[in-house]
Amino acid sequence: MCLGIPGQITELVDLEFLVAKVDIGGVKRDVIITCVVDDEHPAESCVGDWVLVHAGFAMSRLDEEEAARTLALLAELGDMQAEMDIMRQVGASA
Amino acid sequence: MNLSGTITLAHGSGGRVMHQLVDELIRSTFSNPLLEEGEDQARIPLAELTALGDRLAFTTDSYVVTPLEFPGGNIGTLAINGTVNDLAVGGAKPLYLSCGFIIEEGLSLETFARILQSMRLAADEAGVQIVTGDTKVVQRGGADKLFINTAGVGVIPAGFNPSAGGAQVGDVVIVNGWLGDHGAAILNARGDLALEADIESDCAPLNALVEAMFAVCPDIHCLRDATRGGLATVLNEFAERSGVDMVLKEDTLPIRTPVRGMCEILGLDPLYLANEGKLVAVVPAEAAPAVLAAMQRIPEGYHACIIGAVEEGDGHVILQTAFGGERIVDTLPGEQLPRIC
Amino acid sequence: MKYMDEFRDPATAKKLVAEIHKLASTSLSQREPLQVMEFCGGHTHTLFKYGIESMLPDNIEMVHGPGCPVCVLPMARVDDCVAIAEQPGVIFTTFGDAMRVPGTRKSLLQAKADGCDVRMVYSPMDALAIARKNPERDLVFFALGFETTMPSTALTLLQAHREGLQNFSLFCNHITTPATMRAILTDPDLRLDGFLAPGHVSMVIGTHPYDFVTRDYHKPLVITGFEPLDILQALWMLVKQFAEGRCEVENQYARIVPEAGNVAGLKAIAEVYETREHSEFRGLGNIGDAGIQIREAYAAYDAEKKFKLQAAASTHDPEHLKCADVLRGVMKPWECPAFAKTCNPQNPLGALMVSPEGSCAAYYAYGKLAKRS
Repeated sequence: MCLGIPGQITELVDLEFLVAKVDIGGVKRDVIITCVVDDEHPAESCVGDWVLVHAGFAMSRLDEEEAARTLALLAELGDMQAEMDIMRQVGASA
Repeated sequence: MNLSGTITLAHGSGGRVMHQLVDELIRSTFSNPLLEEGEDQARIPLAELTALGDRLAFTTDSYVVTPLEFPGGNIGTLAINGTVNDLAVGGAKPLYLSCGFIIEEGLSLETFARILQSMRLAADEAGVQIVTGDTKVVQRGGADKLFINTAGVGVIPAGFNPSAGGAQVGDVVIVNGWLGDHGAAILNARGDLALEADIESDCAPLNALVEAMFAVCPDIHCLRDATRGGLATVLNEFAERSGVDMVLKEDTLPIRTPVRGMCEILGLDPLYLANEGKLVAVVPAEAAPAVLAAMQRIPEGYHACIIGAVEEGDGHVILQTAFGGERIVDTLPGEQLPRIC
Repeated sequence: MKYMDEFRDPATAKKLVAEIHKLASTSLSQREPLQVMEFCGGHTHTLFKYGIESMLPDNIEMVHGPGCPVCVLPMARVDDCVAIAEQPGVIFTTFGDAMRVPGTRKSLLQAKADGCDVRMVYSPMDALAIARKNPERDLVFFALGFETTMPSTALTLLQAHREGLQNFSLFCNHITTPATMRAILTDPDLRLDGFLAPGHVSMVIGTHPYDFVTRDYHKPLVITGFEPLDILQALWMLVKQFAEGRCEVENQYARIVPEAGNVAGLKAIAEVYETREHSEFRGLGNIGDAGIQIREAYAAYDAEKKFKLQAAASTHDPEHLKCADVLRGVMKPWECPAFAKTCNPQNPLGALMVSPEGSCAAYYAYGKLAKRS
């Protein structure tokens, strides 16, 4: 059961029951944030967090730095390949 | 007429209470000369019809949507525009509608009056008249609040002959705007998914748009409105009947971000969501620029665009994904259910 | 849409695909294709939606795994659902895609048409809300899924308990991934070289439950996200492991999957659930310790106890349906005698044709495409 997508927490709805409103591409839904809060990261500090939303629950905080790292790696990967292709072409025509 | 109560079985029984409902509410809201004649049938001079074309177009549809009212429309506006559009996509000028109501005992008179008023406004906007009808009331549980049937007639000018089997290799596929709004709006309005989104039904009459299209291109090959089952269903019909493949480019498909968001959350495919103000046209490639320009001058066509082309094949709809791959867009087997996986 | 669109970028995909081709041609056998199993149905769905398989080199073959909880649901459990739904006063709530799976008599969708109160919900919390609004009715939620959905159902049960709701129960059909993977790995008919592991299951359980795969079975494994670039990057990482002679558990989906998993989620799961000794899976037979049941302490919320279900008699799929073999990856969908003849999306005989991520449903469409090209 894997259909989870990233959304951003826009406001706290109920502190006692740990309900927050999440925005997913302009569509909003109340979700339970029990799984993304702890002593170091209490409910109040969740507003603005990006989370993985699944079946009405925020299941994990999206590590934005890690995401940026992955995208950078992917970009670099491709560039490496492109560079090598150019080098190969240059080498072949030399 | 006092609108503070609800519809009762008496309102359908044929007696004084029913006549009051029909005369003071329904007839007076729909009011037009043919209706005022007050006969059991509307009598339309044939000469009036033959002056407009060489074929009578005749269609019917029933409307059972829940909820009755939703952002962007209600069951009444659907009933008018749906039948107007079924006539229009045959190339016909829509003229006259009939309207049959099956009302569940207990429906609030205020709601009914509101729906009637919307129907009148929709009819005026489309330039059609409701000239005959029928009203029945069933006991609680016998219908889901309100069912409406509309039938309509129009006249098709000579030479207009769009057909599901008319697509030819090289033709271009055009839609008039955002896809999936109606289906998404209804899903949202039903409330059981607890989503908040700024999505409205696109319910609208398309006859003015169609008229403008035929004016620049009398030889439109295929034309249908993409209602239940969405764009995918119409294109599959065209592809199968014409014996060709319809090849769509995913990055040209116009889909609003919140509709996309809803589809991502629920695991739905927007190509299968219902529309109530969208048509799909297959036109010869050389006519496409003129058709698009004509469409874009009309409100229902402001966002008209080309989404694909017709190729040789054996009746499939292919989507060229933004990603660079290809996949088949099959006909929907049954109702599209939200995925959890 | 942020954090989704970037992982669908076609230009980056092309470059990744080129990298995979390069690695595959220099480091992998050209005669025997690498057999990679994507365990999870969500991954199967992405593969087909984006046509990824057609982009891969010929010496990498994807074996579609059984990680679709709808697909592995035995008919007997669907019969149990229908039996519960048919009880007077019951509101039976479920995720959408479970509604169409055929039982021996009928599916839940058919039961609904026959008058049962079967309702689709997006979240178990929505089911709880229905229970609160209908105190005189019995609300049953069909708790389906691998570990991804277990925190949600567990937390919902705990909430019902906190509120003292008498009319709410779960029909627990959760199954666990590591035990299922072990059954796959010990299957004599399967020759697998590596795994793409389910990203959202891992978000809950972390990375260490997969250590046994590399340690005991020497198959590399990459925990993978669900966007097409995630899958391509994971495949690249896996092929690189082969090229470099490594055998490790790697985490491609690090932006979502923490190494330790989700602490609050795991706590709720441990509080509410325990392993079930025997659990029948369509296609994989009985797998010990893969099934989950509700602990005795929460028996009041256990639909199996409330509705006194008999231990399900094992109902196998009819002989001519090869769901089991296709699920295990031993047979291709078109090799099943019923495929596209008596069994198709309009009239599905087995769960793999019902579910949009079942191999059969995917091949039914994809096969036509192959014919075109």
